[in-house]
Amino acid sequence: MSAVALHEMSGVGLREMLLARKVSACEIVDAAFSRIARLNPSLGAFTDVVDERARRRAEAIDARRARGEPLGPLAGAPFAVKNLFDVEGLATRAGSKINRERAPAEADATLIQKLEAADAILIGALNMGEYAYDFTGENAHDGPSRNPHDLAHMSGGSSGGCGTAVAAGLAPLALGSDTNGSIRVPSSLCGIFGLKPTYGRLSRHGTFPFVASLDHLGPFARGVRDLATSYDAMSGRDEADHAQSRREAQPTAPTLEDGAADLRIARLGGYFAKSAEPAAVEAVERVARALGADRVVELPEAERARARAYLITMVEGAALHLDRLRTRAGDFDPDVRDRLFAGALLPGVWVAKAQKFRLWFRARVAELFREVDILLAAATPTRAPRIGQKTFVLDGHEMLVRPNLGLFTQPISFIGLPVVCAPVWTDGERLPIGVQIIAPAWREDLCLRIARALERSGVVAAPVAAPRGDGA
Amino acid sequence: MSEAEFDPDATLEAAAALIGLDLAKASREVVKAHLETAERLSRLVMAFELDCEAEPAPVFAA
Repeated sequence: MSAVALHEMSGVGLREMLLARKVSACEIVDAAFSRIARLNPSLGAFTDVVDERARRRAEAIDARRARGEPLGPLAGAPFAVKNLFDVEGLATRAGSKINRERAPAEADATLIQKLEAADAILIGALNMGEYAYDFTGENAHDGPSRNPHDLAHMSGGSSGGCGTAVAAGLAPLALGSDTNGSIRVPSSLCGIFGLKPTYGRLSRHGTFPFVASLDHLGPFARGVRDLATSYDAMSGRDEADHAQSRREAQPTAPTLEDGAADLRIARLGGYFAKSAEPAAVEAVERVARALGADRVVELPEAERARARAYLITMVEGAALHLDRLRTRAGDFDPDVRDRLFAGALLPGVWVAKAQKFRLWFRARVAELFREVDILLAAATPTRAPRIGQKTFVLDGHEMLVRPNLGLFTQPISFIGLPVVCAPVWTDGERLPIGVQIIAPAWREDLCLRIARALERSGVVAAPVAAPRGDGA
Repeated sequence: MSEAEFDPDATLEAAAALIGLDLAKASREVVKAHLETAERLSRLVMAFELDCEAEPAPVFAA
């Protein structure tokens, strides 16, 4: 099996090959590091590789296989993490210059431990927008993570390196964070699948925070089976995360192939249609048609929800970084610093009011979910803007790109709903756009079922990009 | 705070002094633009009345 074919494989596909003795774990990681060495200089996805560690783990997995021992559900699958995850031995930089001065992490983040317990293999840490306050994938210190489908375009952020790495076949699986859309925006722009679970579902222990009351972690992959398998492996109680729900883990694998026939599905209109470019509208319509969903509903007060998420983020983010703003202002990415600076100056009553609205909004959305099981909406209002592009025009208004790529993701994460972002390729287009598949709280199984049904029908797909310079 | 009353320059000066941030260490015009965006969005927040009993809890059990 050549390295070219390995990089196109899913994580669960690699495990099947490993069990069938068609490839070894060592060959899998060697192929991954070879591809990273060749392509990463032009893509900007990885900021760190952990090759010695990965090879040690691969050798251990191969030895266990040779002894006939059982292997985990992601055995041999390489994965990488946004560099706000603690990786033992690395300073958790969270996209910043300042954090590089931190002592190396003494232990891995909980989710890394859980994936490695499933025999996946960590291969490195990934580029991101500074302190996760970003939707572009640009970074003043490390350079941008680029869209592998067209290197002149954004990956999306803030988990930009996750989008780039998975779309370019540098890893089948990545972990990122999503406060207002930072899993869903890069999934949309890079044309891969991303899962933002329900708020409180997966442990955040061992990651650098941004906005504690909105922060989520979740996986990226090029296939839904990898999303579901990794999500199931990462589920479960972790006492170290005080905000994590005490709910029992609910595995999604048993129902993944159940299809969409018994589910009531509707598109979101109103706010979600108003500012969407034709590509975004067409992507949602294509998915809705495939699912036989002709109903359109409105999420009440979505614009107000988004406004509240925006203000909570400004203020909580500024509070987190206030000391650094006072003492290290010159070491921030200026685009991030000035937003945080403004957040530090806002009246507290705005945020208290914004928080109070969350339960009201959740109750209205819960009413909507008594009539439907799944809601569909575009993940981003446009395909990937060009790197460096500061503004775009939506619904006739010129807007800043950096804060407004998350127009359609923010109202959903504001109340913590689970979402799979699924990639759609409209006819003749080189750049994809994602559709959010939104379920009621704690129903990740439904999002994944729908995404899997769409994947099987070919309506959504995440082919490996062939970035410039990829002669393989 | 109404639109007519909002003065981003005055807000910037007063709040930065209160919180101990040195304006010279940021791009004043960009910070001002972010403040104006926040003020515009705050009108959507403040114009929506909720009961006194409405919970501000950020953690949910659905």
